[in-house]
Amino acid sequence: MPRITYVEATGAETTIELAEGWSLMQGATANGVEGILGECGGSCACATCHCYVDEARLGDLPAASENELAMLENAAAERQPNSRLACQIKATSALDGLVVHLPETQE
Amino acid sequence: MTPAIVIVGAGQAALQAAEALRSGSFEGSVTMIGDEPHGPYHRPPLSKAWLAGEMDAAQLAIRAPDALARKRIDLRTGVRVTAIDRAARTVRLADGSALPYTGLVLATGATPRALPLAGGRARGVHALRSRDDAASIAARMAECARDKLAVAVIGGGFIGLEVAATARKKGLEVTVLEAAPRLLGRVLAPVLCDWYAQLHEQHGVRVVLDARIAAVETGPDGSATGVRLADGMLIPAGLVVVGIGVDANDELARAAGLECERGIVVDACGRTSDPAIVAAGDCTARRLADGSLLRLESVNNATEQGKSAAAALLGVERPFVGTPWFWSDQYDKKLQMAGLSGGATAWAVRGDMTAADGFSVYHFKGERLIAVDSVNASRDHLLARKLLDAGRTPTQAQVADSAFDLASCLAAPALQA
Repeated sequence: MPRITYVEATGAETTIELAEGWSLMQGATANGVEGILGECGGSCACATCHCYVDEARLGDLPAASENELAMLENAAAERQPNSRLACQIKATSALDGLVVHLPETQE
Repeated sequence: MTPAIVIVGAGQAALQAAEALRSGSFEGSVTMIGDEPHGPYHRPPLSKAWLAGEMDAAQLAIRAPDALARKRIDLRTGVRVTAIDRAARTVRLADGSALPYTGLVLATGATPRALPLAGGRARGVHALRSRDDAASIAARMAECARDKLAVAVIGGGFIGLEVAATARKKGLEVTVLEAAPRLLGRVLAPVLCDWYAQLHEQHGVRVVLDARIAAVETGPDGSATGVRLADGMLIPAGLVVVGIGVDANDELARAAGLECERGIVVDACGRTSDPAIVAAGDCTARRLADGSLLRLESVNNATEQGKSAAAALLGVERPFVGTPWFWSDQYDKKLQMAGLSGGATAWAVRGDMTAADGFSVYHFKGERLIAVDSVNASRDHLLARKLLDAGRTPTQAQVADSAFDLASCLAAPALQA
């Protein structure tokens, strides 16, 4: 199972093994990682699972949909080139070792 | 006594209230009591990805149990609250015990209306609200797929149409029966209602409008075999999904003498008629400035009211006054709605409704923009929320002119109410 490391704005790090098919949002909320809310449950409708993906690994991720890009424009924290919505990233073996940083706020 | 906040309910609104109490530095005890066997879970996927078999049950959980424990949120599941004693400030539980509170949050949700007709409670007839409801529907869908039985959906609202789309995805034959002349007629503009009917028909759903239902027919074993219409027509079905609305769970509040009117009456901060009691989510009816009552059943409303209600108990004014928003996923179409469309007198369309890419329908009451429904057009939706929050209104002509930048209206002066 791919290992994903979440780094909260406070610096707190949590590494979890995520079942394939689970989204990075689900992994965070199910394991009690602070800093990801996922209010809409993963429907790409609320932009409260904003995260910053390790730049070097951006190429390992499927490209963001138009819908995700639009929702990111409404994220509470600053949008950066490596901004993604964690609910739209499904765990695969290609993501093993991925590090994502979480913003200070989601709302 | 030591500050103790009891939350009746363990859904989205309850969880938001509990977490908002902690982030608001409340140090007393927080006890969340749910009558379902599950902790807080996401309801929206129940009619979509979860029902389609694309998610595990574990993926529905909003928070892991240890995440709640770390916040010292005491979750009790499978326990029903039977009464509120406002004088003694206690709630009574089904096991006979009593729990004292200094502050009480009612987040009791809503209950789907049952079909008030013969056969309405037969085996194979299901509403969809809870995880257990969804599990029953999923199991019956699998049997229908195996035995080549069709699905009938009574009620062409969001839940019914999402279930219809999911059933089609699983290859089942589906008929949607709607009593009104249009699907989704109370929320969407007529032009979009018709578009949704076409969308479902293109995906192979049979849509029957103005349907008058006489009964659910049952076989020798008591299971549903179909839906009989008043004109005598039979729609054969091994699964009948009923989505004809919900009623707010306000019985506890009503019995305790709180003001209730099709829901627990609250103000914009979630306060009830008892200063020690607040309410949030689907169980509420919000009193607006003009005296009318607003019932909203949505994730956005549950989260915002949950946070407002928690703040109110901590003595902080945090009214929920933002533009309400909603969404519905059917097939590959994401509908995002901003604002409340009731009372609209005119509509304007932005984009091409016949093209594959997105478009939006703008609702106007007189000259004023009151709501926007966007299909696969998240940018329109997000801008609509900003326009509505700011009270800015483009003209219908500006909306229809795709070369006009609607964002420029944010800089314009607001129309006077």
